[in-house]
Amino acid sequence: MSRSDVLVDADWVEANLDDPNIAIVEVDEDTTAYEKNHIKNAIRIDWTQDLQDPVRRDFIDQAGFEKLLSEKGIANDTLVVLYGGNNNWFASYAYWYFKLYGHENVKLLDGGRKKWELDARELVDEVPVRPATEYKAKPQNTAIRAFRDDVVAAIGSQNLVDVRSPDEFSGKLLAPAHLPQEQSQRPGHVPSARNIPWSKNANDDGTFKSDEELKELYAEEQVDLAKDTIAYCRIGERSALTWFVLHELLGVENVKNYDGSWTEYGSLVGVPIELGANK
Amino acid sequence: MCGAKAGGPDASTIKPGETTIQGQVTRDGEPVTGYVRLLDSTGEFTAEVPTSATGQFRFYAAEGTWTVRALVPGGTADRTVVVAEKGALAEVAIAV
Repeated sequence: MSRSDVLVDADWVEANLDDPNIAIVEVDEDTTAYEKNHIKNAIRIDWTQDLQDPVRRDFIDQAGFEKLLSEKGIANDTLVVLYGGNNNWFASYAYWYFKLYGHENVKLLDGGRKKWELDARELVDEVPVRPATEYKAKPQNTAIRAFRDDVVAAIGSQNLVDVRSPDEFSGKLLAPAHLPQEQSQRPGHVPSARNIPWSKNANDDGTFKSDEELKELYAEEQVDLAKDTIAYCRIGERSALTWFVLHELLGVENVKNYDGSWTEYGSLVGVPIELGANK
Repeated sequence: MCGAKAGGPDASTIKPGETTIQGQVTRDGEPVTGYVRLLDSTGEFTAEVPTSATGQFRFYAAEGTWTVRALVPGGTADRTVVVAEKGALAEVAIAV
């Protein structure tokens, strides 16, 4: 796999945004950002309303994903180009989620909304209408999704990559500094996890670092990519970005994203937790 | 923007007790919009926020030495901020 199979740049999007076979989709942590403005012809997927089961803590099921994409006007052969704020955290999460339900034709806009804005490219407020489709999803591909028992079993044997900030890893904070600090979990990290913050994968403008820089980063942090790897963060969005880097950019095969992440693990009764900085 | 004050957001809106770094990004004396990121004393990314329409930003941080980096179309600029004590307010003006 090469970069061009999974990433497009802003020039490419600008040249192709009127193509009806391409769906440009904005996914943001701030779900109202789209309402202010967005890339021309982009539609919105709301990660809280659209992608989560309304009652249980889990994703919408296969039928729910089919209904969502049909209503959004995305067909099985539509090329989906995802972008968003926060250096593509939630766009990466949506990318991983599309792959989970077997949508192969999906790419990320490198740099996301921030790069687009820093380039002073056009943003509009018109909301496009895409004709409905009859989308067919595949069953979840759990080869890329880790569950809590997978994480407990991986302690000391597989790579566990904790992509949160150093203060969250050490146990000083329970959430990034711009969010409220939930209290239901114990702070800390999964024993044997390496702390490689998501931000080390990206440049200041939100674009990904080069393959060479990324390989060097994981080698320096002593992550043996020949072993199976599980990435986690707080709710699985920042670790989806690291999953994208390892699985899609570097072509590492056995990488899973643990979407339960610290909000689940830190609430489990009886599991081991480690405190303190990266060793 | 009409009626907008120069400098960071209105200090009366800071949550009580929070250690705050805030300010405004300007170019040639006029507010400019973009992003501001907060780096810790080792240069590690800590947080990032988009500015308001008047170039203002705010972080809730801790005491210590920080770097505030403005990213706007066509430029970036860094400022070092030292927050002396817990609960203090550090105002930083960034001209790019």
